[in-house]
Amino acid sequence: MNDLVIETRDLTKKYGSFTAVDALNLSIKQGEIFGLLGPNGAGKTTTILMLLGLTEPTSGTVNVLGVDPSRDPLGVKARVGYMPDQVGFYDELTAWENLMYIAKLNGIPRQEAYKRIDAVLQRVGLHKLSEKRVGTFSRGMRQRLGVADVLIKQPKVIIMDEPTQGLDPEGAHEFLDMIRSLRKEEGITLLLSSHLLHQVQETCDRVGLFHRGKMVLEGSVDELARRILGGAYRIQIEVDQSTPKIEAALQSLPGAVKVSLPRANVYEIEAQNDLRTEALSAAISAGGRIIRLSMEMQSLDAIYTQYFKEVEHVSA
Amino acid sequence: MSLPESSIPKQRARSGSPWTGLGAVIAKEMADHLTSARMRILEILIVLTAAGTVYAAMQNLRDSVSEDRFLFLKLFTAAREPLPAFVGFLGFLVPLIAIALAFDSINGEFSRRTMSRILAQPIYRDALLLGKFLAGFFTQALVYTAIWLLIIGLGILGLGLPPSTEEVARSLIFLIATIFYGGIWLALSMVFSTIFRQTATAALASIAVWLFFMVFWEIIAGILAQILSPVYYGFQEEILRQSIIGLTLSRFSPTTLYAESMIALLNPAVRSLGFVTPIQLQGAILGTPLPLDQSLILIWPQLTGLIAATILLFALGYVLFQRQEIRA
Repeated sequence: MNDLVIETRDLTKKYGSFTAVDALNLSIKQGEIFGLLGPNGAGKTTTILMLLGLTEPTSGTVNVLGVDPSRDPLGVKARVGYMPDQVGFYDELTAWENLMYIAKLNGIPRQEAYKRIDAVLQRVGLHKLSEKRVGTFSRGMRQRLGVADVLIKQPKVIIMDEPTQGLDPEGAHEFLDMIRSLRKEEGITLLLSSHLLHQVQETCDRVGLFHRGKMVLEGSVDELARRILGGAYRIQIEVDQSTPKIEAALQSLPGAVKVSLPRANVYEIEAQNDLRTEALSAAISAGGRIIRLSMEMQSLDAIYTQYFKEVEHVSA
Repeated sequence: MSLPESSIPKQRARSGSPWTGLGAVIAKEMADHLTSARMRILEILIVLTAAGTVYAAMQNLRDSVSEDRFLFLKLFTAAREPLPAFVGFLGFLVPLIAIALAFDSINGEFSRRTMSRILAQPIYRDALLLGKFLAGFFTQALVYTAIWLLIIGLGILGLGLPPSTEEVARSLIFLIATIFYGGIWLALSMVFSTIFRQTATAALASIAVWLFFMVFWEIIAGILAQILSPVYYGFQEEILRQSIIGLTLSRFSPTTLYAESMIALLNPAVRSLGFVTPIQLQGAILGTPLPLDQSLILIWPQLTGLIAATILLFALGYVLFQRQEIRA
């Protein structure tokens, strides 16, 4: 067996004449964090439901941890944790009771369940609130309880649907930190879906961009940036007076893909690697006086927007 | 899930038992029912009803203790103005309790957004639905058994007599009929809970059906009988045929089935639930009670009807739930 944890072949789901997922080929390796990105209605949730065997594919095959979810859904669901978007709990029960129910549904023996519940509540920082009714929990606390809920069954793979939706920026940041530590400490493979591109781009090793049921782009953020935008880094240098000499000096830098002058006295360099020091010394030695230097990482937003601009251009 | 047959690649059997996790679901749902405020209110209501009506019945029965063979059964059926008998109350309290237990069982999970989380655990939908139904069923069985014991206990204290074996047997079968009568309404409101995403809509739909059978079906059955078998000349046969059709139609209502089982079980003197011609009565000693097995034969169709309706309605809910998309 190879180290592919999730593999789909020509996976298709149709609702009547509407194709929600169209011939999807997806492979996710052991220990990876993979982001399913795309606008609402692009087919992310449908894909996830098929991976879990909660929805029957129209055609194509799925393989999760070596098991076919439509044939042995229990085998898949016992080893894959799923956190739905806007995860819900029984408000009238305590955090502990909610987790205990899940432990029982997973057939975990009582003593073992006690131990695991304590451990996962500790892990997500809710151990002091285990006897509190979930009705009193904030959005962020529910989301963390959602992670505890998924960890109870000690999964090999965790699938999260829009995990950061509805969290404030700080909460989302903490949450993503927790996700990263899960991979690092437990070696869990993670599949995230989101339409909030900037939040997941720093978390995911690889991403797949979804559009109308198809995965239109796949790869690491850097790769995609190189492919779609030509350069992975965008460096801006503001000088007191722009001269052709400075522009020529910048253009001759090894690794610089494109130099432009978007505003007066501001050069923008698209580069394949971090050229800040080189660009700075080149501009100074060309006689420029530096006012400001900045670099922005390629954002998925930019990749996405650019890609769909091209798609529309082609189809127009 | 509503796929055309041809698009399903091939028929593949699923592995794993559909009843995995059933026990966990039943335990959780029953605990929810028994601790919920909704159930407490209904329990208080039915206990007060039982205590009140039985006390009133006892006031009547004290004078005739030595004359009646089936004194304990009278506890259930004897009424004293202005209060109706306990069984009269049961006819509408049982559906109310069943509807209250189940109207939000499925759509409640969707509105709390717990459905996809629960179904992502290693259980099939079968276990969730059956677990929820059985939890409701056991809860009401528990409540009615407690009430039954309470009434027998009050009877022993109040009347100063132990119940006879036949009285215990008759009232136990009546208890079972009551539980399945509740089962019908439980399954029905679960069906509505699967169809409607709003819990209030599901509750209203269940109550509408209940009112329809409680109030209107009897009237409609009469009108339908008149249409289907009109009386032109006033012959006895015509009138009889119309009445039989009316009675048959009214038996489509679970309320009628339950009322008839109740009458035959708790009043051993009842010999027929339909129409009896004077010729058929020839040689019968009126007013003598039937033995238990004869009463059972009399209401066997009604009893099996109650049980069959419960199973059919549950099966309908099962099919609807299996075909439902779980994404909210």
